[in-house]
Amino acid sequence: MKYLDEYRDADAARKYANLLARITTRPWTIMEVCGGQTHAIVRFGVDELLPPGITLVHGPGCPVCVTPVEMVDRAIAIAARPEVIFCSFGDMMRVPGTQSDLLRVKADGGDVRMVYSPVDAVEIAVQNPHRQVVFFAVGFETTAPANALAVYQARRRNLRNFSVLVSQVLVPPAMRAILESPRCRVQGFLAAGHVCAVMGIDAYAPLATRFRVPIVVTGFEPLDILQGIAMCVRQLEEGRADVENQYARAVRPEGNRHALELLVEVFRIVPRQWRGIGEIPESGLSLREEYADLDAERRFETAEATPVEVGACISGEILQGLKKPSECPAFGRQCTPESPLGATMVSSEGACAAYYRYRGARREAAVHGT
Amino acid sequence: MEPDREITLACPVPFAEGQKIQLAHGGGGRLMHRLLDDVILPALRKDQLAELHDCALVPTPATTRLAFTTDSYVVRPLFFPGGDIGTLAVNGTVNDLAMGGARPVWLSAGFILEEGLPWEILRRVCQSLRQAADAAGVSIVTGDTKVVERGKGDGIFINTSGIGVVEHGLPLGPRQVRPGDAILLSGDVGRHGIALMAVREGIRLETALESDCAPLAQPVRRLVDADVPIHCLRDLTRGGLASALVEIAEASALAIQVHEDRIPVHDTVRAVCEILGLDALHVANEGRFVAFVPSEHAERALEILHGDPLGTDARQIGNVEAGEPGRVTLRSSFGTTRILDMLSGEQLPRIC
Repeated sequence: MKYLDEYRDADAARKYANLLARITTRPWTIMEVCGGQTHAIVRFGVDELLPPGITLVHGPGCPVCVTPVEMVDRAIAIAARPEVIFCSFGDMMRVPGTQSDLLRVKADGGDVRMVYSPVDAVEIAVQNPHRQVVFFAVGFETTAPANALAVYQARRRNLRNFSVLVSQVLVPPAMRAILESPRCRVQGFLAAGHVCAVMGIDAYAPLATRFRVPIVVTGFEPLDILQGIAMCVRQLEEGRADVENQYARAVRPEGNRHALELLVEVFRIVPRQWRGIGEIPESGLSLREEYADLDAERRFETAEATPVEVGACISGEILQGLKKPSECPAFGRQCTPESPLGATMVSSEGACAAYYRYRGARREAAVHGT
Repeated sequence: MEPDREITLACPVPFAEGQKIQLAHGGGGRLMHRLLDDVILPALRKDQLAELHDCALVPTPATTRLAFTTDSYVVRPLFFPGGDIGTLAVNGTVNDLAMGGARPVWLSAGFILEEGLPWEILRRVCQSLRQAADAAGVSIVTGDTKVVERGKGDGIFINTSGIGVVEHGLPLGPRQVRPGDAILLSGDVGRHGIALMAVREGIRLETALESDCAPLAQPVRRLVDADVPIHCLRDLTRGGLASALVEIAEASALAIQVHEDRIPVHDTVRAVCEILGLDALHVANEGRFVAFVPSEHAERALEILHGDPLGTDARQIGNVEAGEPGRVTLRSSFGTTRILDMLSGEQLPRIC
């Protein structure tokens, strides 16, 4: 298929593998930030093609994984209300809160609907004027523009029965938090290409300079990732710490102006909780005061429960690149996609789910002798 | 009073057109018989069914083994590109029989109708049922109709059971699978699931994509008639190719390796899967199967399949190995290897 097969070509992959083997003189640890990249790495076995010294660790860039349990519980409480039609992206539906998930709410009679776009939820609100339609606005900078557009449209159309439950997060502050951790082992980053397509690449230069790490804005196809790794290793070997753009076919340095204007119109930057990591300053988006009446958290009072995370789950360490899924004693045993202990096993883009799906429980356990 | 005027007496007659299913249509009385006479029997009429007996009486076939299966069909939307719940209800059961190497002969059809269903819909479904049965060479010889209250069903549910005759001595089944066996796939995968999802979720496709829903008895029969010593057959349904392979690997306690670049996937299916983050190997099919045959017979089996309209794109996708029991690996076109696992729960489109 055009624009796809070119980036999955086995011969080109071998050439990059040879190049990497040639230029790598020391061990390096590189983090791919985005869950989509993790998924591609494991699905296509990109790490099998790397020289032994290069370790890839998986970053926090999976929106499903980092949405805090409190927020999932809040979504579940709102979705269970009889007057509510609760709309969500598909892969949030199975994420466990403290006691339930959205699919169970649906099975119990809640009106929970999967949508492909937040704008679809606006249409549902138009068609159901006597119901309250709530959209679960989850995600990184990639989903934020469409979510902002839905809010903007709802306001323009004066829809009083539409609101959003916002759990938007931002990537660069999370990278900063990882770098500030005393346990940080990341020496270079593959930044998330789609995030940069929206936001541009300005936010990364201060990080690269301050922490002396190369940051390569990278795409999602296996060859993109191999090339991103090669660019990153070359910088490391040469002692450079620059921001480079591997994904130039999609990312302009200034980002997408229309999307950015919409984000500024609707959202403001706030501190946010990250599941498994904790609160990160300036790492989330919330509705601006002018749009506050469209905020589902204000419209529906929900009891604040203290969430209980299952003790065996190490997803926090996985999301920070401190451990790999295969280092978790529960992986593939107590924790499987059918009965996940943590969010990294639930989402299709979670590192644990990707390992389980493409490498299987047994092989990982055998490799690490657990 | 105008005495000259002619007086006519008439009872109000129920509207024939635009009529809808009522609870009484399942009640066993006159209304039910009218439903049968007007809608169901004209579409399904075969000699045995017309007798409206409590059961069908069929001649004993001259065979030592019969194949018997049942399946229930619920699908939304009822009509989709390439078929409807009627074609599905026939082909699904026919294919289950075919995978036992049987020649499908008789089918039953049980309808659960939701109050308020337009007769016209039922009529169309019954016509497809009949057409699909004719195409597959089976007779629908017995049936049943029930009506449930509005909101307690989803338009139409259909259960079909099928009986087929086994006219060969092959044992057929995962336990017959041997290391070295060639794995043949009858055609491209993922059409049914993606065609349905596109209609259900309002995804506009640039090219028309139809479900692969089709009866597989004929291509199987060609293999059997040509004395290909088949070890195992499996039709691909929910869970897709990946689940079928894992099931067989587990049941046979053998390992399987398949090659990604040998598995045909329609470009539109690939594109939708890429956008939504789905795996075509997990997407549902209704007219594809895999055959496990000794490798020395693979080439001949493929030639035979290529001679059938439902097997023109058949190819060998991999082999059975004496490796870790139940393990299915995919050699990717990227030159690396990964595990193929069954689907956990349903496939959910990803966020971004």
